[in-house]
Amino acid sequence: MADNNTYDAIVIGSGISGGWAAKELTEKGLKVIMLERGRNIEHVKDYVNATKGTWEFAHRGTKTRQMMKDYPVLNRDYPLNETNLDWWVNEKESPYTEIKRFDWFRGYHVGGRSLMWGRQSWRWADQDFEANAKEGIAIDWPVRYKEIAPWYDHVEKFAGISGNRDGIPHLPDGQFMPPMEMTVVEKDVAARIKEIYKGQRHMIIGRTANITEPLPGRTNCQYRDKCWLGCPFGAYFSTQSSTLPAAMRTGNLTLRPWSIVTRILYDKDKKRATGVEVLDAESNQTYEYKGKIIFLNASTLNSAWVLMNSATDVWPEGLGSSSGQLGHNLMDHHIGGATMGVVEGYEDKYTYGRRANGIYIPRYRNMFGERRDYLRGFGYQGAGMRGRGAQPAEMLAIGLDLKEALTEPGPWTMFVGGFGETLPYHDNRVTLDKTKKDKWGLNVLAIDAAIKDNEKKMRIDMANDAKEMLERSGLKNVTGIPFGEPVLGRGIHEMGTARMGADAQTSVLNKWNQVWDAPNVFVTDGSFMASANCVNPSLTYMAFTARAADHAVSELKKQNL
Amino acid sequence: MNRRQALSAVGALLGGTIIGANYFLSGCKPTGKKAAAGFTADDIALLDEVGETIIPTSADSPGAKAAMIGEFMRTIVNDCYTDNQQKAFTEGVTQLQRSCRERFGKDFISLSPDQKKELATTLDKEAKALNSSDEYKKRRLAYDSLQANWVRSEESSNDFGASHLKDEYPPHYFTMIKQLTIWGYFTSEVGMTKALRYIETPGRFDGAYPYKKGDKAWGIGGFFG
Repeated sequence: MADNNTYDAIVIGSGISGGWAAKELTEKGLKVIMLERGRNIEHVKDYVNATKGTWEFAHRGTKTRQMMKDYPVLNRDYPLNETNLDWWVNEKESPYTEIKRFDWFRGYHVGGRSLMWGRQSWRWADQDFEANAKEGIAIDWPVRYKEIAPWYDHVEKFAGISGNRDGIPHLPDGQFMPPMEMTVVEKDVAARIKEIYKGQRHMIIGRTANITEPLPGRTNCQYRDKCWLGCPFGAYFSTQSSTLPAAMRTGNLTLRPWSIVTRILYDKDKKRATGVEVLDAESNQTYEYKGKIIFLNASTLNSAWVLMNSATDVWPEGLGSSSGQLGHNLMDHHIGGATMGVVEGYEDKYTYGRRANGIYIPRYRNMFGERRDYLRGFGYQGAGMRGRGAQPAEMLAIGLDLKEALTEPGPWTMFVGGFGETLPYHDNRVTLDKTKKDKWGLNVLAIDAAIKDNEKKMRIDMANDAKEMLERSGLKNVTGIPFGEPVLGRGIHEMGTARMGADAQTSVLNKWNQVWDAPNVFVTDGSFMASANCVNPSLTYMAFTARAADHAVSELKKQNL
Repeated sequence: MNRRQALSAVGALLGGTIIGANYFLSGCKPTGKKAAAGFTADDIALLDEVGETIIPTSADSPGAKAAMIGEFMRTIVNDCYTDNQQKAFTEGVTQLQRSCRERFGKDFISLSPDQKKELATTLDKEAKALNSSDEYKKRRLAYDSLQANWVRSEESSNDFGASHLKDEYPPHYFTMIKQLTIWGYFTSEVGMTKALRYIETPGRFDGAYPYKKGDKAWGIGGFFG
């Protein structure tokens, strides 16, 4: 334990990337304090709903009118529910301003959204890192696949990613545990897609951060499909199940919940950060912590917020704003094209267990020499499962026949939904709204972002392709499912606002995630992303975080920081 | 399946809209007014009987009454229904009793099992006929357009959550009772573990598990497993 509030390193935030920073830095011998703005949630002990049956929830998991009133943002999509309500941010305490609609789904507690995340884990490939440069969009990534590949290896091995080695060049294989099984219907549709699209389109099992073999202190997935209540088996990757215990084991970590970092302290003569200012969320007392290096992992938008509030005596727009890029280039994945159809046959087959994973159709558009009227592409997630109910309830009368019909399995159905790439637009941005304060009297963020022409054109393919693929694969009653407005935020994959790049004039961070204007500050959550690709991003944050931590320690040893 | 997938899959599973299950409809405009859905003990007992008629006890499993379906309906109607839906529901319960007395000269609870089934079957048909009638659709459309106006005016003042808070024109009251019975029963302990098969910790996944006619479906617990 360091004295006098001084540590070797300060990690701001305890979600997916913050947890990784804490683990890597403590394992390399640094004394680290990890600051989390919300409360603590202890692994297993605090997963209070994890073993409840559906019937033990008064409203069987669904939301009430009171909840809808209290959580007007969360109410816009699936996260508002009765079973893990405490893990979503209190919107009254922490408001934000929507210049355009932006659905911001947050978790302010130890572990952050690593407790509730979707767990799909995909590598990027060279085509993704190269796209900006080749197409003249925004700025080039300063990193290529071969530099990050060993770090993907590193994080996959520790986090535990199950998946199949599919040999798809643009979706590189990794260090996988055995894959979860596809259902008989998914295998059937996958074979048809491969044949129809001549090996250019694939349907593969999701690569997911649910372990299929035990790891130290963690049991393999038990197929309960209750991940987002917290897993008593530690079977999915979260800060609590994985990085936090590893960091704690070193004896080098101090975890401080209820710690809102209000700014990074900056020494303009040394051009280095010296520490952080913390507002205790319970006592409202202010503290300072000193550190040689700082890892900023407050989640994309909040990391931008911390930077904007820091070193304002030197740069009025905040630390990292000298490039004019801080807060800009906000991205998310635009979701849509949800489509469903019925698979005939296979009446003698069913499933056993509840698989918290689905299938994936990787990107295929604007590849293989094709050129659409938009850039980039999209992937689909989905599942082929057998439902319940021999006939829809509304068709049936009442009594024993109704009961029997609803007690039988129904037909097999397949569902897919698309995640599309959003380009980095300079005018999609966050700023400080100095007219509105949160519970602690702090300025809130104003979000001003929307999809544009490229995404709108892509969405037409996203909807049409899903229908076409399912129909050509022999499904019946193929129908699109209305998914509502294509608003940003709903993908819950916020990225950008502090992009990395090759020079200080056009980017906030260098290729090692260091703030150009304060090289001992590393930003390794989604804010560093220079483009969004269409795959779920968390694995990439993990890899860049581990790489940045390695670089940070090496630079510290060379006394460069 | 993950959450985003479940969201859509369950809609198909249950065959359409369920009132109060807000994943499929926008549901309740939270006016903040506490609903005056005063359910008496008699109402609960009545709803238990109606529910049991819709999903009766069978050889292998208890019916909706054992799932305390009346209590469940009270909870959902009070906590999840919009004012509009609550009103339609509570008026419907009164209407049900009135129809019963007109037809049989006594309360539902005192009817023989055959009479209960007869009345519920009649109401089910009446509900289906109403819900698909042009008159009903016209009223519903008119109501929806008023709601859409409200949403537009809210959104113009940057209340972007309005589309998820708009009210919904209710179907025939018996449709609501039936939907609540089905939803409540198949997410209840007896429904999930007796009428269906339920294993809390399956331990493995088999995507081609043998099935023969008569095997029960798995209880996956509605929205959140």
